[in-house]
Amino acid sequence: MTTTTRGSAVVTLPADDQILIVREFAAPAAAVFRAWTEPELVKRWWAGTKGHVTSVDVDLRVGGTWRWVMEATGGFEVAFHGEYREIVPGERLVFTEVFEGIPDADAAYAVTSLDFTEVDGRTTLSMHVLHQTRAHRDMHVESGMEEGMQTSLDALEDVAVAL
Amino acid sequence: MDRMARAATTTDAFNAVAEPRRREILEVLAQGERAVGDLTEALGIAQPQVSKHLKVLHEVGLVAVREDGRRRLYRLNGRGLRPIHDWVARFERHWEDRFGVLDAVLEELQEEP
Repeated sequence: MTTTTRGSAVVTLPADDQILIVREFAAPAAAVFRAWTEPELVKRWWAGTKGHVTSVDVDLRVGGTWRWVMEATGGFEVAFHGEYREIVPGERLVFTEVFEGIPDADAAYAVTSLDFTEVDGRTTLSMHVLHQTRAHRDMHVESGMEEGMQTSLDALEDVAVAL
Repeated sequence: MDRMARAATTTDAFNAVAEPRRREILEVLAQGERAVGDLTEALGIAQPQVSKHLKVLHEVGLVAVREDGRRRLYRLNGRGLRPIHDWVARFERHWEDRFGVLDAVLEELQEEP
């Protein structure tokens, strides 16, 4: 019998512009990596239980783009897109990520790094999200930094609440 | 609406902890009650700065204060951190919902020949 992990995602905020999610899976790293990069597999899980995935485009090469769309229960659409920056099959995936639902979305993109670490056939996924907004780039100004963080958090909170 | 009211509270607490110095102050206060002078010493920054940060933290309910003779003593108010905890918990549930489905997909993948 395969032991599955349930309810074990751990979210921490390592810094004011970062989010870290760590979760263990009862599968080899190659399989977890496939689930993140093969459209037919992404379609099966990315919406969770609160909707369904309507479209998954993946151009898996450095500089290639991706766009994932889901329809949440209730009928509204949630879409993300970005660009792949680093691809190490079965080990690491880095991409930019834009939530299309917020104003000036492309300027408020985040950089997400996925690290897949396999031990004894089980894989720990470490998902690190680094937010980058125009306000953030102007980090010398304290209020600008706060505003940047708020924009990112508001956007993410909306996503979290909406789905 | 209910959610709007919650969002406003969240905004305040998040703003307050977005500043690294304020997080340092909260970390020191997590060890126990402190006077402004103690915080000035612990953080190595000027007293007016410490007071300014304490004012913000107090306004959003992250820090409570009481008079002790001529001193004012500050302490962490755990309840003020609740909006942040709630946000993280909501985000965690959101991802766990997805990962729960992913577990099933991975299990099926391994059963494939």
